[in-house]
Amino acid sequence: MSNKKNSKEILYSVLILLPSLILVGIFVYGFIGNTIYSSMTDWHGMAENPVKNFIGLKNYKSLFTGIIMSAFRQDLVNTVFYSIFLLAGTLMIGLILAILLDRPVKNEGVYRTIFLYPMALSFIVSGTVWRWLVAPSGGLNAIPTWFRGKQGSFQWTSSQIQILQFNWQNIWKVLAILIMIVFLVLLIHSIMIHNKKGIKTHAIIAGILAIFAFIIAPFLPPALAVKETHGFNLAIIGILIAGIWQYSGYAMALYLAGLRGLSGSIKESAKLDGANEFVYYWKIAIPNLKPITMSAVIIMAHISLKMFDLIYAMAGTDNNFTGHPSIRMYTTTFRANKLALGSAMAVILFIFAALFIIPYMVRSHKERV
Amino acid sequence: MSVKSRKSKKIVYYVVVVLICFIFLVPMYMAFITSLKQRATINLLTAWKWPSPASSIGYKHAITKLAPYLKNSFVLTITGTVISAFIGAINGYIFSKNKFPGSELLFTLLLFGMFIPYQIILIPLFETLTRLHIAGLGGLILAHVVYGIPIVTMLFRNFYDQIPNSILESGRIDGATYFSVFTKLILPLSLPSFVVVGIWQFTQIWNEFLWAICLTSQKTNPITVGLSQLAGGQAVAWNDSMAGAIISAIPVLIIYIFLGKYFVQGLLAGSVKE
Repeated sequence: MSNKKNSKEILYSVLILLPSLILVGIFVYGFIGNTIYSSMTDWHGMAENPVKNFIGLKNYKSLFTGIIMSAFRQDLVNTVFYSIFLLAGTLMIGLILAILLDRPVKNEGVYRTIFLYPMALSFIVSGTVWRWLVAPSGGLNAIPTWFRGKQGSFQWTSSQIQILQFNWQNIWKVLAILIMIVFLVLLIHSIMIHNKKGIKTHAIIAGILAIFAFIIAPFLPPALAVKETHGFNLAIIGILIAGIWQYSGYAMALYLAGLRGLSGSIKESAKLDGANEFVYYWKIAIPNLKPITMSAVIIMAHISLKMFDLIYAMAGTDNNFTGHPSIRMYTTTFRANKLALGSAMAVILFIFAALFIIPYMVRSHKERV
Repeated sequence: MSVKSRKSKKIVYYVVVVLICFIFLVPMYMAFITSLKQRATINLLTAWKWPSPASSIGYKHAITKLAPYLKNSFVLTITGTVISAFIGAINGYIFSKNKFPGSELLFTLLLFGMFIPYQIILIPLFETLTRLHIAGLGGLILAHVVYGIPIVTMLFRNFYDQIPNSILESGRIDGATYFSVFTKLILPLSLPSFVVVGIWQFTQIWNEFLWAICLTSQKTNPITVGLSQLAGGQAVAWNDSMAGAIISAIPVLIIYIFLGKYFVQGLLAGSVKE
């Protein structure tokens, strides 16, 4: 092919892509920039010519330390619990289901269809149905009576019980301990797989965090002027069950594709070596599924940030116990017309998501090139 | 292992699997029986029991209330899906078969749009659509098409990556041009990919709620908003809302049950490819 023809074709390609690139450029990158800018202004009220005065990080300061925004801080705490439990629940159940179906089974297609069908539904449909199942006078509370027990008294989404309470004044200490726990888990993992370098790095980081949490943090000034407790609201349990019910099948589909992708010879040779099924999955299959687990973590973390619809359908927008930044962003922006504050909440959600997305995208870009 | 213990192991296995199936079907069962009850007869004691006598009043109410929203959703979903699919096909062709310096980077930058939480673009989107006077169904279609570009492009690209370049080269030797390779060689091979993308976009758009509630008003609300209004509030008629939930799930469930294979392909494409 001549060079001239080639450059002509590159021109065609660019021209065809141009509308998509411009639209995504404006609607994704432009709008993200716009929201970040709005979050640093005092914009309130939709108007023909909106007034936006730049005020720096004031909105963020009020979200994290302002007395009236304490409900938003509980939303953040809820987000952490929503994400952790949705991740853990869907991945564990998904893996178990995948292992169950990873063998010659009669009617396998039927089982797979049943495990995966919730995924086709909208959060509004599943939320509507689960709202009935967890209504205090509804379905799940009646189950104990089948076994001659007493009717359940848990209030589900109306519950006001909070456990694992901590004081927001000690937020730095709490955060350091949380991250330390993550590294301790990684440390145990490294010890199990005899990764010397991993043991060293994880032990050092966990140690530094421990020193910070227990020796330095007590001397830091409190993050808030007054005491303010937050914790795990039991009200979110019903919503978590619904979310896990809906997305375990997705995790199963991911893992099943992965298990099928492991060549039959791996399984055969493991069997010849005398490994039983448990050993095969625990020592061979699951470690081999690491890339899939990574993808699944990204996808589920992403879904957990999109729980707006499910929470809206199950608990409404005004329930502070089941709150989520996405819900508060909606009410703050579209009901209270505090657009700058709503933008700041959106940016915080975005940063949460970016922590997962950006490493993932960089990795898959490198793999493609 | 003795034959007997192997057999009993097998029985245990099937009992477990079938039991899990029942658990997954519980919400469906509850929705179905409740939708067939009369409002006055719904109470805790009989919540799990089959309705006697069954009544279709819930469905009558739900259909009357939801009909206009269903119509909006069909217009929105079909238009959005068709436009998306064609954009995806042509973009995917370029990113897969006509790579140029920098195209991989552009592709990665495009993909980023797929993963953002949509709150971050919601306010400017609302403002822009209002300013352009296309808030409503038109604006919603535009939003779905634009934010669908990353995923549809990726799905088509993955599909085209599997078509060997030699087919295109031999087409070129026979005198096909840049465009006729696409229309004469690529498009006829793309049917499975159109099905995967079509199903994916259809379910996404049909099920979407956040934009729907922020960008449309009473007359242009799609089904998710209609259902949330029917089922929301304090004094809920549970039979109506369960009937509504079932009605609004039917289109996606039909697709899922009959074309499940393609649905799963779309699901996996974004994750286990590579």
